[in-house]
Amino acid sequence: MQNSTQPLLEMRAITKTFPGVKALDEVNLSVRKGEIHALVGENGAGKSTLMKVLSGVYPAGTYEGEIHYDGALAEFASLSDSEDRGIVIIHQELALVPLMSIAENLFLGNEIAEGGVIQWQETFRRTEELLAKVGLREAPGTLIDKLGVGKQQLVEIAKALSKDVRLLILDEPTAALSESDSQALLDLILELKERGVTSIIISHKLNEVRRVADSVTVIRDGSTVSTMDAKTDEITEDRIVRDMVGRDMAHRYPDRERRAGPVLMEVKDWNVWHPEHADRQVIRDANITVRAGEVVGIAGLMGAGRTELAMSIFGRSYGRNITGTVEMNGRTVDTSTVSKAIEAGLAYVTEDRKSLGLILDETIQRNITLTNLPAVSTNGVIAENAETQVSESYRKAMNIRTPSVFQKVVNLSGGNQQKVVLSKWLFAEPEVLILDEPTRGIDVGAKFEIYGLINRLSADGKGVVMISSEMPELLGMCDRIYVMGEGHFVGELTAEEASQERIMSLIVND
Amino acid sequence: MDLADQTKTSGQPSIGHYLLGHLREFGLLFALIAIMIFFQIVTDGTLLRAVNLTNLFLQNSYIIIMALGMLIVIVAGHIDLSVGSVMGFIGALAAVMIVEWELAVLPAILLCLVAGALIGAWQGYWVAYWKIPSFIVTLAGMLVFRGMSLWLLEGQSVGPFPKSFQLLSTGFIPDIFGIDRPNGTALAAGVIAAMLIIWLGLRARARNKRYGIEGEPLPFFVARTGIVVCAVLFIFYKLAEFRGMPNVLITMAVLTVIYAFVTENTTLGRRVYALGGNEKAAKLSGIKTERLTFLAFVNMGLLAALAGLIFAARLNTATPKAGFGFELDVIAAVFIGGASMSGGVGKIVGAVVGAFIMGVLNNGMSIMGIGIDYQQVIKGLVLLAAVFFDVYNKSKG
Repeated sequence: MQNSTQPLLEMRAITKTFPGVKALDEVNLSVRKGEIHALVGENGAGKSTLMKVLSGVYPAGTYEGEIHYDGALAEFASLSDSEDRGIVIIHQELALVPLMSIAENLFLGNEIAEGGVIQWQETFRRTEELLAKVGLREAPGTLIDKLGVGKQQLVEIAKALSKDVRLLILDEPTAALSESDSQALLDLILELKERGVTSIIISHKLNEVRRVADSVTVIRDGSTVSTMDAKTDEITEDRIVRDMVGRDMAHRYPDRERRAGPVLMEVKDWNVWHPEHADRQVIRDANITVRAGEVVGIAGLMGAGRTELAMSIFGRSYGRNITGTVEMNGRTVDTSTVSKAIEAGLAYVTEDRKSLGLILDETIQRNITLTNLPAVSTNGVIAENAETQVSESYRKAMNIRTPSVFQKVVNLSGGNQQKVVLSKWLFAEPEVLILDEPTRGIDVGAKFEIYGLINRLSADGKGVVMISSEMPELLGMCDRIYVMGEGHFVGELTAEEASQERIMSLIVND
Repeated sequence: MDLADQTKTSGQPSIGHYLLGHLREFGLLFALIAIMIFFQIVTDGTLLRAVNLTNLFLQNSYIIIMALGMLIVIVAGHIDLSVGSVMGFIGALAAVMIVEWELAVLPAILLCLVAGALIGAWQGYWVAYWKIPSFIVTLAGMLVFRGMSLWLLEGQSVGPFPKSFQLLSTGFIPDIFGIDRPNGTALAAGVIAAMLIIWLGLRARARNKRYGIEGEPLPFFVARTGIVVCAVLFIFYKLAEFRGMPNVLITMAVLTVIYAFVTENTTLGRRVYALGGNEKAAKLSGIKTERLTFLAFVNMGLLAALAGLIFAARLNTATPKAGFGFELDVIAAVFIGGASMSGGVGKIVGAVVGAFIMGVLNNGMSIMGIGIDYQQVIKGLVLLAAVFFDVYNKSKG
């Protein structure tokens, strides 16, 4: 037992700053040999950043503090550096090449070859071995493309095993998995523990944490809040939640007078099929009602189809064979293209601001006016002065922290970029705004400002649809919450009825 | 860079700091001037002689006209490899219509322009609506239209054209003041152009000041404007000494001004930059990205057709080899002018200056008697150097 209490990894007083944001502030993390250590915290608390520091994505020298690994000071210069020492990280976004086979992916960059010639027989044999270890029954030659997310996850773990992993880091491994796939994955992690693999598991699902973790570290706003040990402490979900949230819930969300007006938007019998796999239905019979001055939430797990639903409504930007109607103020409107949807009074603020929301190399001004150029031009000629006035007014109103609106948005912090995206859509003068993860990846201060803005919008009689993976945020902000299972609504709760438990049980019992 | 840093420096920029920040824009202008001075010296003053200056414009007009369209295509995130072939094909079409079928000149010109736009529409259709990479579509176009001009001309040269058609390229604007030498119209045009440049510069400065944008330091503005104005006056004076302004110079100048205006000041232009900068984001902002891409190619076809007509008029004959390899000069001009391969970045004026740099290099080296072999090597290295300069600048800043 002596051996198992000795720490394999100790991260001491890790501090990491980005321009404008202190992502980590003297974080400590200690992981014993052979244990499963859960790292929990809200989105944006700094878990992923901490893991990037550990794995060398942010190389030694770009952060303060010390990492002790296997009894010695470790200064990883790159990801491959940490992999050589047996630290393997499996990201939320899987890093597999879709059009290559399982075998090719497993040994990518690490091919079994003699004199540069790949030894296929040996490769396939070892692939079969590894697949057996993770309990995946697929032929080594199967293309990754043909596997579901759950199986891809297993391939990632098999890949980690092929590298003689000692410390396995799993970032939200079950976020996109179905219940049974999740159970299988957790069983596998427990089995790996028996074989001496130490794991760090980052998860939002506290029941899973409780099931597998030997100890738990809670991070909030870039600092370590507490560490619990299953042997000495009683780990309860309540306790974890209290540490995660920290503050009094009431103060995290600005108050708002709730008064819903007449129905603004109604989506009826909405059905969407997958754009590539014609036989896969992504959205089934969805119905949404949004009233003036109302903030409506859509809760659900990753992969439930929330973004797909929003984008398919907004100019059919996702999916095909879309059926159903959209009504605005009681009249059916055409939303078949983005410009028609904007004209009908809709706006969609994407969850992926960098690749779908902004033109990073353009100025703040040019990004803001893009949705409604005719408003700052006559006969197609842009009046630059009017354009600057408009963007300046948004800079002030939204408190975008920048020396001038002529700065490129790529230079702004995440929170300020998000404010530019919101400005851009406010300038289109919509009646209903669909906000997809509006506070993802931005710091607490900017979050609060965005909540305030949402409240102002609803006070102005706009309808707001808020898609979020952060349940506390939905509970704190929304008048009504639709709960989405896989591709369809499994329930609708009013603000009074809603709680994390009720939402979760609706999803789980789908 | 830290935000605090930026605030500090935006107040009173030093000349050195400003120059560093805008190295690319001025570098281009200075490079052109340096190259001209260099050739002026080594050719014993032949480069800037009136006849040669006039020739310089005539020789490069079609490259510059196509560079205008190519800039838009490249800003939109695409490329057009077919322009050389298209221009040759349109020249051949004009020759067949005018010389063999004896069609009147004006309707023939209009038909050729329509044909060019249709060719652009054909290629744009595949790129925009079927998402076939423009490299492939226009590579196919390059082969197709080269073959079609061979077929049209049956492998022969066809010419000569009637006088009225030749005016497209070889005509000059007559002297409306009756001085004739030096040509009064050219002098007047030079003065007006110089005044316009000063006025536009002052207007932009006033605007920058009003909105607190970091503008050029005053001495810098004066020096730069001074150099440009002197160069313009000098060129027009030289042209006036010879036969005045060539017709193509007017065509070129008017098109340059129109395209610069459209790209920088209209919603249409802005949307093209947005499309090239981030197509998905542009589409989600309600921009009809397919239609814009399509139109960029239609426009390119139209300008390639115009260039083809001017080239045929200049040679006074249509040959199956016309336009061979021109696409490379055009694309090189646009990239030397600062456009980015990935789209969203680039300016009309940059592309025009880039084309002139290529033109002066061609012309100067020919006067010096440097062989075509070395000319190619040097042009290739200049292109690489210009783009390296861009990349280096970006990685630093």
